[in-house]
Amino acid sequence: MLKPVRPSSGLELPIGQADYPVPFAWGLEFNPPAHGGWNIVHIGMQLPQAHQIYVCAANCMRGVVLTAAEMNASDRFSMVILEESDLCEGTVEDITIEGTADAIRKLPQRPPAVLLFTVCIHHFLGCDYEHIYGELGRLFPDIAFIRCFMDPIMQKGGITPDQKLRRSMTELLPLRPVKKKTAALLGSDFRLNETCELKQIFSESGWSLHEIQDCKTFEEYLSLGECELFVTVYPNGVLGVEQVAKRLGRDFLYLPQCFGYEEICTNLEKLGKVTGNNLKKNGNFPSKCDELLRQTRELLGTTPIFIDPSLHPRPLGLARLLLEHDFCVKKVYLDAVSSEEEIDFYWLKAHHPSLLLSPIIRPEMRLKRRGDEEKVLALGQKAAWFENTPYFVNIVQGGSLWGFDGIMELCRLMQEAFLYEKETQDIIPRKGLGCESCV
Amino acid sequence: MNRSYRILPIYTGDVSGVCSALFELGGMVVMHDPSGCNSTYNTHDELRWYDHDSLIFISGLNEMDAILGNDDKLIEDIVTAAEELKPRFIALASAPIPYMNGTDFDGICREIESLTGISTFFVKSNGAHDYTFGAGNALAEIAERFVTAPARKRPHTVNLLGATPLDFGTQDTVNAMKRQLTDNGWEVLSCWAMGDTLDTISRSAEAVVNLVVSAVGLKAAKILEKKFAIPYVVGCPIGDFTSDLCTALDHAERTTQSCNALDQNLDFSNDIVTLIGEPVVMGSFGHAIAKKYGISYRLLCPLENCETLLRKSDCSVKGEEEMDVALRSSGIVIADPLYHPICPENTVFYELPHVGFSGRCFRRKLFNLFDCTI
Repeated sequence: MLKPVRPSSGLELPIGQADYPVPFAWGLEFNPPAHGGWNIVHIGMQLPQAHQIYVCAANCMRGVVLTAAEMNASDRFSMVILEESDLCEGTVEDITIEGTADAIRKLPQRPPAVLLFTVCIHHFLGCDYEHIYGELGRLFPDIAFIRCFMDPIMQKGGITPDQKLRRSMTELLPLRPVKKKTAALLGSDFRLNETCELKQIFSESGWSLHEIQDCKTFEEYLSLGECELFVTVYPNGVLGVEQVAKRLGRDFLYLPQCFGYEEICTNLEKLGKVTGNNLKKNGNFPSKCDELLRQTRELLGTTPIFIDPSLHPRPLGLARLLLEHDFCVKKVYLDAVSSEEEIDFYWLKAHHPSLLLSPIIRPEMRLKRRGDEEKVLALGQKAAWFENTPYFVNIVQGGSLWGFDGIMELCRLMQEAFLYEKETQDIIPRKGLGCESCV
Repeated sequence: MNRSYRILPIYTGDVSGVCSALFELGGMVVMHDPSGCNSTYNTHDELRWYDHDSLIFISGLNEMDAILGNDDKLIEDIVTAAEELKPRFIALASAPIPYMNGTDFDGICREIESLTGISTFFVKSNGAHDYTFGAGNALAEIAERFVTAPARKRPHTVNLLGATPLDFGTQDTVNAMKRQLTDNGWEVLSCWAMGDTLDTISRSAEAVVNLVVSAVGLKAAKILEKKFAIPYVVGCPIGDFTSDLCTALDHAERTTQSCNALDQNLDFSNDIVTLIGEPVVMGSFGHAIAKKYGISYRLLCPLENCETLLRKSDCSVKGEEEMDVALRSSGIVIADPLYHPICPENTVFYELPHVGFSGRCFRRKLFNLFDCTI
């Protein structure tokens, strides 16, 4: 578990005085009303034709069942309620098996796969998962049961439910004969832009790239097991995608969404080695990026910029890019610094020590004065809420951005966000940006 | 099997109920839970979260602390936050894991209270009940701890007990409910707990009657009756039922006898409207419909511990299967839209969104029963 060395309990702190990796003390937690990030229900719905079943107590169930309802996907969701007596009487395993079986029998048609989510209660009672899944497999041999967990109690000391789910979804992929020059891009929630270098390289080298969003049926998803190469661009996807590549004996590449030119070039080189196509030599991407950043900086002038990690897994990398191009980045909201951002953290500490960091979940943030008269630009939903601004870039988890193309796309989004107001209060409380929402 | 659900969602849980009931009273509520209860509450169950500051937090319980019983961390975190934020009180609510490992909430509360000097209490909850349980217990704690003996009684005054957005949606709805009473000569001294402060609520014992406007308010009403001899009446001033309710309030003021205004024996035609939901709001609505149109109604109540609020013709329904059976003979149904898919095809269905059931799914369609012609 990460422990702060010299944590601050204040509302903000210059990065020059902040400690890596936890600048702010952990304590009670506040949750700002920006919900565009995807949760386990949204992620699981990407698995085509699969049905989700959750087994938990009422209060925990409420969040996931209404997530499914809000995204108009209730027909792919069932639940089994654990009652107070189950917590004390040792009936959780039986209820899980019987309830899941009953939920499946009630479905109008048998799904090829069931994402079965057990929870903290199962974990603490020491439930016998082998028995649960073994029995369900015996009852429904035609269904692939996917072991999923909604156990946030584990997330500070180990693998998060989000990472576990992404891993479980890739564990399904079977070993099949390799189809040459095919790659699977898995572990993230957004289809990358077609114009990004990653896709161009695959395309120009005659590779076929498959994303989970391309799969319309469960069988199509399983056919990703034929791919020669497994790629992920999202940190939470690494665990699962790397494991499946290893299990199937295939190549694996982690080509993160990032903002440093050098890191992007390194990613392109890695990709070039596998595909035999080094796009970097053919395009003048860095100078194109610089030009668009210059134009954007000219438009924004000295408008203060606020960044938060809901926009992108690399908020400090983004701050660095913008500061290197003379933008007026005032503050980054974050509670901890990811290991992927250690270099950027220390670079900012050395070169821009007055850049402010502010926590997101500390209790004081509930009462923080939200915004003032000055026009600001927020990069991320949480920053938009904290700054009470209608000017914000509305993407989550890095969206479809990748490489130099991603930086240029972000510049365009920043320009648009700066020029046109958004209905912040209507937009950011909606769950799962990009999914349907009835809210 | 009544534990499995394919169509219906589930009502707001008890932990969210605690938070909803205490949201506006200036206290600090801490859900002892890893994570999920917090986001569920403030995403789906709390319409006020975006722009109404309230000190509602989660403890962020992790595996090791749950196993090793590191209550000191919880206490220290709460004390630290309380020193900074200075809440009027501190309330704790429990998710399933602290319940399972036998967390000594009363001891923790005593410790926090002695360290901060701030009134601290545990609201009975464990994440396995519905909101009427949690919110009801929360208001009961307020009744026990904060209502002071009155210097005087104020004639023809009433407190509204049990108003939360889970049953009433927005403050506009509560304001309209108050207007129905003031238009009939009643002064509303306090509303538990929307639109009034803890100070106002603490003076509730000046009222001569308490009006239980939802199941959430019943436990507090009984405590106030016992402590301050304030009788209570059950019902909401909806449509043509308002005059009956005011008659019951007059009677309670005169006799100091509590009553359920919904207990009247309505015997109209055999046409039956089925209502689903919280028994006081929907029962009052049913009475209003019955009086206006001369038809009878039956209430299907899926919430727990509401049996004492139901008439003989009403039915307590547990789980999706029982609801499916109960609805088979229903010709006309008035309920939250998420009940529609479980109704028989030929049912005439009228949508009446209920935040405690469908959350914010239909927040744009919330209906003000107190400000409309039925």
